[in-house]
Amino acid sequence: MYGKSWTSVLAVVVIGVAATVVADDDDRSGKGKLDVAPVTNQLYTDECGVCHFAYQPGFLPAASWKKLMGGLADHFGENAELPADTAKTLSAYLEANAADKSSYPRSKKMAASLKKGAVPLRITEVPYFAKEHDDIPARMVKDNKQVGSLSNCAACHSKAKEGSFREREINIPGFGPWED
Amino acid sequence: MKYMLSITGFFLSLFVTSQLSATLVDDLLQEYQKAGASGFDAARGEALWKKSFPDPKGAGKERSCTTCHTDNLRNAGKHATTGKAIEPLAPSVNNKRLTDRKEIEKWFLRNCKWTLGRECSAQEKGDILLYLRSQ
Ligand code: HEC
Ligand code: HEC
Ligand code: HEC
Repeated sequence: MYGKSWTSVLAVVVIGVAATVVADDDDRSGKGKLDVAPVTNQLYTDECGVCHFAYQPGFLPAASWKKLMGGLADHFGENAELPADTAKTLSAYLEANAADKSSYPRSKKMAASLKKGAVPLRITEVPYFAKEHDDIPARMVKDNKQVGSLSNCAACHSKAKEGSFREREINIPGFGPWED
Repeated sequence: MKYMLSITGFFLSLFVTSQLSATLVDDLLQEYQKAGASGFDAARGEALWKKSFPDPKGAGKERSCTTCHTDNLRNAGKHATTGKAIEPLAPSVNNKRLTDRKEIEKWFLRNCKWTLGRECSAQEKGDILLYLRSQ
């Protein structure tokens, strides 16, 4: 009994180490193969991931998060009010990990694409985002019942939750992989 | 032996959560009573649940609790604007429901404001809780 479980523990460790080595091999930049830092804050996932995908803080600058958190009672036509202490904790998390504070590649590009002083409330309004998505036809997004809008990241990016948005992981419902 | 223990543990936890939601709802009903409500009624809760209200900003579609939760509480719902799935609200199929006071009050506040354009009264919340618990 014990012997057996030790073997499986060992196997997991070995596979884990092997996977790490492979991942390092695949390195795209200083930060492994991830585009943005994945969400590791459970409170954030619980509170901000119920109505939609829990967007990574690294997609908007700190000023945007601050403004967004100040207006939760009218959040894109929805009421997303939070108790003051929860809101404060989440604001601190969002601002500390914002696009302009992060060293992950997509976060840096998102931040660099913004005009000076711009405080967008939507990720989809950030120039770098818009540029990356402007050649996707409406039939795959707005007119696609399984997607609905570009705000629905995880509908197309199969590893969105992990913080990975690579082209070959894209699978547009009803259309399949993306080739441009 | 270990197997037996975990089976017992599983049933015990099911039992404990269902008891939890029962006492929590009773506690909340008592508080609503202190706030002036009385004689809670699941049928009245169901009627309010299914009633449609005009979009407070005018132009849009009518709204009701069923807009996101559907009119079968044992099914998963779908968020009206974002399309994200919402797990069933009926405690009989989702034992996490009605077990957390903060969650219940938070969603009552948000969803009543969004759907009715105002907060729900203690009476309305009590009626709805009874209806939800019966599902
Ligand atoms: C009650 C539901 C609800 C909750 C809770 C909620 N949101 Fe939203 N959020 C929405 C809706 C609806 C939209 C608009 C989606 C659309 O237009 O498709 C939205 C949009 C957004 C967007 C813009 C996405 C884009 O289009 O680029 C961001 C960023 C965002 N939310 C962050 C948050 C954060 C942070 C929290 C937690 C504090 C949160 N949301 C909690 C409903 C919610
Ligand atoms: C309709 C499907 C769809 C949705 C929804 C969508 N994307 Fe994309 N995304 C794409 C496609 C297709 C590309 C590749 C564009 C290209 O390279 O021509 C892309 C590219 C990207 C890239 C660049 C990746 C790279 O390696 O170049 C990032 C980052 C990204 N998306 C993030 C997001 C985020 C964040 C959201 C949600 C706010 C989102 N996407 C929503 C389809 C989608
Ligand atoms: C715009 C979409 C929407 C509408 C309309 C809506 N809800 Fe909800 N509701 C949600 C979401 C999202 C959750 C959280 C889901 C989760 O925890 O997975 C929720 C959760 C709840 C909960 C928490 C249950 C628990 O114990 O976890 C209650 C109670 C509730 N809603 C009541 C109502 C009532 C009453 C109405 C009508 C007045 C209503 N809802 C209308 C989206 C909606």
